[in-house]
Amino acid sequence: MALSIEDIKKVAHLARIEVSESDAVATLAKLTGILGLIEQMQAVDTTGIEPMSHSQDLSQRLREDVVTKTNLRDEFQKNAPLLGNGSSELAVSAGLYLVPKVIE
Amino acid sequence: MINSSLKQLGDMLQAKKISSVELTQTFLDRIKLYNPSINAYIALDEVKTLAQAKVADARFSAGNAAPLTGIPIAQKDIFCAKGWPTTCGSKMLANFIAPYDAHVITQFDSAGAVNLGKTNMDEFAMGSSNETSYFGGVKNPWSFDRVPGGSSGGSAAAVAARLCAAATGTDTGGSIRQPASLCGFTGLKPTYGVVSRFGMIAFASSLDQAGPMAKSAEDCALMMNVMAGFDERDSTSLNRGKEDYTRSLNLPLAGLKIGLPKEFFAEGLDASVGKVIETAIAEYKKLGAEIIEISLPNTGLSIPVYYVLAPAEASSNLSRYDGVRYGHRAAEYTDLMDMYNKSRAEGFGAEVKRRILIGTYVLSAGYYDAYYLKAQQIRRLIAQDFVEAFKQCDVIMGPAAPSTAFKSGEKVDDPVAMYLQDIYTISTNLAGLPGMSIPAGFAQSDDGVSLPVGLQIIGNYFDEARMLNIAHQYQQVTDWHTIMPNLDKPNLEMPEGKV
Repeated sequence: MALSIEDIKKVAHLARIEVSESDAVATLAKLTGILGLIEQMQAVDTTGIEPMSHSQDLSQRLREDVVTKTNLRDEFQKNAPLLGNGSSELAVSAGLYLVPKVIE
Repeated sequence: MINSSLKQLGDMLQAKKISSVELTQTFLDRIKLYNPSINAYIALDEVKTLAQAKVADARFSAGNAAPLTGIPIAQKDIFCAKGWPTTCGSKMLANFIAPYDAHVITQFDSAGAVNLGKTNMDEFAMGSSNETSYFGGVKNPWSFDRVPGGSSGGSAAAVAARLCAAATGTDTGGSIRQPASLCGFTGLKPTYGVVSRFGMIAFASSLDQAGPMAKSAEDCALMMNVMAGFDERDSTSLNRGKEDYTRSLNLPLAGLKIGLPKEFFAEGLDASVGKVIETAIAEYKKLGAEIIEISLPNTGLSIPVYYVLAPAEASSNLSRYDGVRYGHRAAEYTDLMDMYNKSRAEGFGAEVKRRILIGTYVLSAGYYDAYYLKAQQIRRLIAQDFVEAFKQCDVIMGPAAPSTAFKSGEKVDDPVAMYLQDIYTISTNLAGLPGMSIPAGFAQSDDGVSLPVGLQIIGNYFDEARMLNIAHQYQQVTDWHTIMPNLDKPNLEMPEGKV
């Protein structure tokens, strides 16, 4: 089925990726080509075929409910982002992990 | 020395003919000389690297060295290595310092190997030319205006240019084997689940598998002895007990049944590549192998299926990069939604965004059955093709890639043409089977440059040791794997005597 600019915008919104008007046009052309490739699947009769998600027949392993992670606070702190408001570098070095407000 | 096998280097270290510090420095000096033009490494840290070499030398003095102790290894930048930048070739992770080691890194550290640096790669391993890397493309050491293949392009160029003793790679749809073919060395993608994915940045989790990239099958076997093994931190790691992958190297090949899938020699294969593969097969006949024509009828469907499943898994895996806790965050935004949208739009490159969008689309409401479920059903058909094939033969052979290395920029604007690079490799990932590429000779390009061609060997589940034996025996009677590119005079005429 043919993709539209609206489809691109909807999917981009679902994927949380900003797409400008001109990007959307270019993306439409590329994705249309890729979906054309994917459409070849529709010619195959797959009635009754069990979907395969994984190459080995695995069952989920269980483990004892014990602490397995070591404390890596200092290492994680090296990737702690800054908020860009001037005071944050000090906050990070003081051991805070600053994130933007994510609950609105 | 730069062209010595891992075993030879190990023996030299053991006999104290050379120290690990000296060996490591030799490679670091070569990297300094050639990396500015090749761009194989995107992170180097001489202090860290030489400190590991010193520790290795101490192990030799203390008499507790292991087979890869003191050997300088290049690590694909998809593996977290504590204290090292780990970017996965993306702007999104340009400033990320890995807080812990991937299982693969831990294994090499325990073996006493030396981490030479992190190698360039297609962004999040999505690409077949290394051109999607945020840190720029990588030159093919045989011809600097051509690509090394991808996504493990930096590791590939480093092995081919002898800027490391060996390297690691990962292969989701061909990312070890296609660059091995285009750069002329030996690369192995093991059975899914043999090497732990812990600490390896996820692309498509049901397909991702790490493996060795090295000069020979014997070197790959030694690398596998370090890399493979059960790790409970990866939920799909297989608990099978330790194997010695060198154990079968010297077995004779008489009676070996080699299946040639007719679909691998059909339209789409460059004639010059086909000719090299035929010559390699003839060599196997001389070694006593029997050749059987087989069919993998659903080969053509592997690309459509892959471009549903891999983007679907990627769209989920890459949703973690939201600009909140780590990774790129847009400098300016109006609200939370705008922060997500802008951070991801700025942090990801064009190909990664395309795949996230495709993945999001095929998983979105109303399309799941038509795309995702359908692809999973055909995935089973593709896997069943191999089950049938292995009733007739021990191993499958064919080309690893449809052409030799192509020119940089040639396929950048045509994703579908780029995807077709992996036509012979993707089906093994979908089936979870092991596959390798070994140097089989050279083909002449249209503009008169000699470029390497790789022979692909596909084995049944857990047949890595047998495949390494099959590759090793070929490498005992041929010398393609020993031929090095001339980095001071790339765009070579044919190496002497090899027309």
